[in-house]
Amino acid sequence: MGILTPDPGLVFWTSLSFITLLLIMKRYAWKPILRSLKLREERITFSLRDAELAREEMVKMEETRRQMMEKARLERDGLIREARALKDEIVQEAKLAAQNEASKIMEKAREQINRERKAAIADIRNQVGLLSLDIAEKILREEMHSAEKQQSVMEKYLKNVEFN
Amino acid sequence: MMIFDRCIKLAGGKRFFKHFLAICCLLMPVALSAGENLEEESEFDAAAMIMHHIGDSYEYSILSFTNGRGEKIKVSLPLPVIIWHKGQLKVFMSSSFKGGDELVPIGDDYLRLYHEKVYLTDASGAINHDESQSVLNAQPINLSITKNVASMMLSCLIMLAIFIPAARRYSRKGALVAPKGAQSIVEPIVLFVRDDIIRAQIDKDKADRFTPFLLTIFLFILINNILGLIPFFPGGANASGNISFTLTLAAFTFILTNISGSKHYWKDVFVVPGTPLPIKLLLVPIEFIGLFTKPFALMLRLFANITAGHIIVLSLISIIFVMKTIFVAPVSVFLSIMIYCLEFLVSFLQAYIFTLLSSLFIGLAVNEHH
Repeated sequence: MGILTPDPGLVFWTSLSFITLLLIMKRYAWKPILRSLKLREERITFSLRDAELAREEMVKMEETRRQMMEKARLERDGLIREARALKDEIVQEAKLAAQNEASKIMEKAREQINRERKAAIADIRNQVGLLSLDIAEKILREEMHSAEKQQSVMEKYLKNVEFN
Repeated sequence: MMIFDRCIKLAGGKRFFKHFLAICCLLMPVALSAGENLEEESEFDAAAMIMHHIGDSYEYSILSFTNGRGEKIKVSLPLPVIIWHKGQLKVFMSSSFKGGDELVPIGDDYLRLYHEKVYLTDASGAINHDESQSVLNAQPINLSITKNVASMMLSCLIMLAIFIPAARRYSRKGALVAPKGAQSIVEPIVLFVRDDIIRAQIDKDKADRFTPFLLTIFLFILINNILGLIPFFPGGANASGNISFTLTLAAFTFILTNISGSKHYWKDVFVVPGTPLPIKLLLVPIEFIGLFTKPFALMLRLFANITAGHIIVLSLISIIFVMKTIFVAPVSVFLSIMIYCLEFLVSFLQAYIFTLLSSLFIGLAVNEHH
């Protein structure tokens, strides 16, 4: 069988071609390609691990942020409550102070008015006294103008006076 | 013709079938003329034609036709013949043989090309046969660049032309750039062979040592298979369907397997631990023969698959000339297209199987026991 008999020439050339090809390919093709692929795989592995770490970090940060937010919210609520209490207190105090002040002023004003009134009354009394004296003087002068009049008045008064 | 009329009726409005028939009719005149020429010649010998096509040759046929004056014209590329005889090296082009009509002198003897083989003859060019028609003349040491060698070298060049630029891109741009151009063909192949063939069979820490060999063998077989499928000039040689080719590659696997075999592997072959003595007496020879049957199976499998594919395609085409009718041409062409598709698959499959089994054998030899 012709096709089943190996041909030494072809065996020689196949070996030569294959070995040459293997050496060239190993040196110039497989080495850079396989090295690059390995490099890339390592890079991908590292990147995936980094990504995983970053993700975990993110989750942790998110948790921290959430906690901080919660804390801040509580703090804010506390502050607001405190501020409200303080405000009420201040308002209360201010009201009280204002009332006190107002009543003090009222008191003073009342005293003033009283004093003024008393002074005015005293003045009016004086004025009325003086006026009465004036009037009395004038009336007396009018009345006591004539001698008989003076006489009648004296008599009248004297009549009234009982000599006990 | 009746059958075809019926077929058309059966197919009814099916356009595809009509188109197919139309194409076949277009092919008819060419095939017809071929048929006429054959009738003028002696009886068509399909077996001889097939054997000629799957065998080796000293020239690369490009074209052969009969011109208007009825002369047969053969256009072929002569290849260098390299003969070593009695300490003398002779290199000449195969065209010196004039297709076997002329003798080429070497020292005191003459070389004659007879049925695609070079024999040593006397000055008259006599070829002696014995009773079983085998040639008695001696063959010189023949290192000629035959059609298969030329095709094999072409495959090497193709491989270098594809892979080295791609590899240079890797070394230039680094691994972190998206693959481009040849890289996009190279990378899936390399990754497939490395991950799905080699690493699947060989322990990971040892696999890298064998990766270049197995990658090279995979692509060498694959490209030769595909070149063998191309029916015209740069292809058409049956290198990977030649027993010498498969023998050589199987021998490389055999050598590599056995020189890298671990202590454990040899112990399994020659001691077969854990079995009683009578079984050992039985198993050791079997294991020992097994060392050789494994590469032998590799050799035969590739050879038989590729050669068988070529034989089927050639046989289907031969039907036209054997039956001397053009009407069988559509069937022949259709079936050979189907076989071609199958052969294309087989090209990949056989390269895959050869590499897979090689790495399996290497894996058996080097892996730690699980």
